Amino acid sequence: MRTILYLLQKEFIQVFRNKGMLPIIFIMPLVQMLILVFAATMELKMIDITVVDLDLSETSTRLTAKLESSSFFHLTRAQLSPSETDKILLKGKTDVVITFPQGFESDLKRNDQASVQILIDAINGSAAELSNAYLQTVIGSYNQKVRAEMMGVPKFTPPEQVQVIPSYWYNPELNFKFYMAPGVLVILVTIIGLFLSSLNLVREKEMGTIEQLNVTPIKKYHFIIGKMMPFLIIALLDLTFGLIVAKVAFGLPFRGNILTLYVFTSLYLFLVLSIGLFVSAISDTQQQVLFVSFFFLIIFIIMSGLFTPVESMPVWAQNLDMINPIYYLIRIIRNVVLKGSGLLDMTRELIYLSIYGLLMFSLAVWRYRKTV
Amino acid sequence: MIRIGNLEKSYGEQKALKGITLDVENGEIFGLIGPDGAGKTTLMRILVTLLLPDKGFATINGLDVVADFRKIRTMVGYMPGRFSLYQDLTVAENLQFFATVFGGTVEANYHLIKDIYGQIEPFRNRLAGKLSGGMKQKLALSCSLIHAPKVLILDEPTTGVDAVSRKEFWEMLNNLRHKGITILVSTPYMDEANLCDRVALLQNGSILSIDTPAKINASFKRKMLGVKVVNTSQRYGCVNLLKEMKGVDSVFSFGDVIHVTFHHADIDEIIVREYLFGKGQQDVLVEEISAGIEDVFMELMQKN
Repeated sequence: MRTILYLLQKEFIQVFRNKGMLPIIFIMPLVQMLILVFAATMELKMIDITVVDLDLSETSTRLTAKLESSSFFHLTRAQLSPSETDKILLKGKTDVVITFPQGFESDLKRNDQASVQILIDAINGSAAELSNAYLQTVIGSYNQKVRAEMMGVPKFTPPEQVQVIPSYWYNPELNFKFYMAPGVLVILVTIIGLFLSSLNLVREKEMGTIEQLNVTPIKKYHFIIGKMMPFLIIALLDLTFGLIVAKVAFGLPFRGNILTLYVFTSLYLFLVLSIGLFVSAISDTQQQVLFVSFFFLIIFIIMSGLFTPVESMPVWAQNLDMINPIYYLIRIIRNVVLKGSGLLDMTRELIYLSIYGLLMFSLAVWRYRKTV
Repeated sequence: MIRIGNLEKSYGEQKALKGITLDVENGEIFGLIGPDGAGKTTLMRILVTLLLPDKGFATINGLDVVADFRKIRTMVGYMPGRFSLYQDLTVAENLQFFATVFGGTVEANYHLIKDIYGQIEPFRNRLAGKLSGGMKQKLALSCSLIHAPKVLILDEPTTGVDAVSRKEFWEMLNNLRHKGITILVSTPYMDEANLCDRVALLQNGSILSIDTPAKINASFKRKMLGVKVVNTSQRYGCVNLLKEMKGVDSVFSFGDVIHVTFHHADIDEIIVREYLFGKGQQDVLVEEISAGIEDVFMELMQKN
């Protein structure tokens, strides 16, 4: 025990003496929370729309005006030939082109239907889908209004129809920040845990200090725990800091028990730190550690469900997420923070993280060799 | 104290140790002398339980370095060739740290390191990375002594250290020996061999000879001349001239003296001086000298 305490003391002295370390520990959470949560939003604003109105009728003008009034769209009117339309889309000068053909209004009145052409730049697939959805909503509601007027039905007795009124639970306003913030917190503790711990151990190898440590009677698991604890503590500190930022900066609701969150995060960190120490036990240089850690981090983040729903991934990829620690913690934190889930609601995750963590810890202790 | 029998170690195809057998007596300073790549570090790393031997055995105080590695670690002090203390901890913090990981305190064994640590104690709050080479070496020695080891294993402790610090360092080793600590030290410097009680000459993973420095020197039976070139810029030319001389066996330049041996005992300093004169080398001093360890080493190396 005394040995572990001295190992801890030594690690903390080294961490806090490192001038570059403190800013990373305290500024990183701030920057990540404030930049990432606001920047990584799926909400679309200011889509560039070019309206080519070849009809110039009352109906087309009114629909254009309606589009213009929406905060999602930035609208430009232009009289363009089809080839010119292609060109401005190609050059990226606009995201969407809406063309009202000649005779749009008369078709509508005479044939009871008319067509509008919508061309969307789909380089970014999800942005294109969202633009389309927004446009459909606006045009759809205009459609109903126009039909009602034309059929002469008074406004106060609309035609019979089924109305869908969705109710969004746990995040009623569909606030994207509430969805992103827990995820960014996970990334935060992961980076602290994975990188700081793995780089620290391999640095002892590079500096040659491991040589002197290995001839001491320090036990292997003492050493590994001594390397783990400081970063566990620092990461939990960063989690706290990140939570405060989330609360203050965008009023993240906190429905669950904060203790539940810390229990899960500690378990998670035990796992991630073990992975980090395992990676550095099998590496000889910081360069190797960085490459290997980055490789796994990117895969883990992209598959974690932070940006895209896990449910939309192919089944094999969903199965692969069984070994993705970030996937678990993002789910857990979202559930605890937004839904108020407790330890008992997530026993599966609890057991899984524990077993996975113990496995990686044993692997790290086993692979760390004092003698070669 | 240290017994090594038929020890072998390979790194892949490369044989680093080819059957080393040697004994180090209790309380002696034993020197491993040899050029880079002779196997000195490999041998030491096996003794301090950082490497496993392929064949043979090694014991320290009757304990096997493989089977009893835990006990060995508590009774051996090791100073690697490369400075291996924490550069971002202070002098005092390093010492404190190594004292505690061995389960002791600085105070308990302070008497052992007083002479050495006393010299760097004024800088106790300086980061180890900011110390000079000589001070780093003293700190490293203090840290490897702080758990009162019975055996001290030092891997090239004086490499890259200035001449004054080197001299001081050997005095410190001598004092430690008087405190009953057995010392195994490696060095590439032949002049330091004379400061050991006994030395082993190592070459390519094999031992060429083990004896006291005096006996090793005496094993050199042949006549040897030392040629001193006054104008140092001429020395290289002089070496080449001597190599071309008839009857010359070997020519090696050590420091500012060129050591020359001959196939025939009747070549003397007058003949050599006249030969060099004839080749235009006027400012040379030639005299008979007694051989040093370096000469024995070169002779043994050539035989193998």
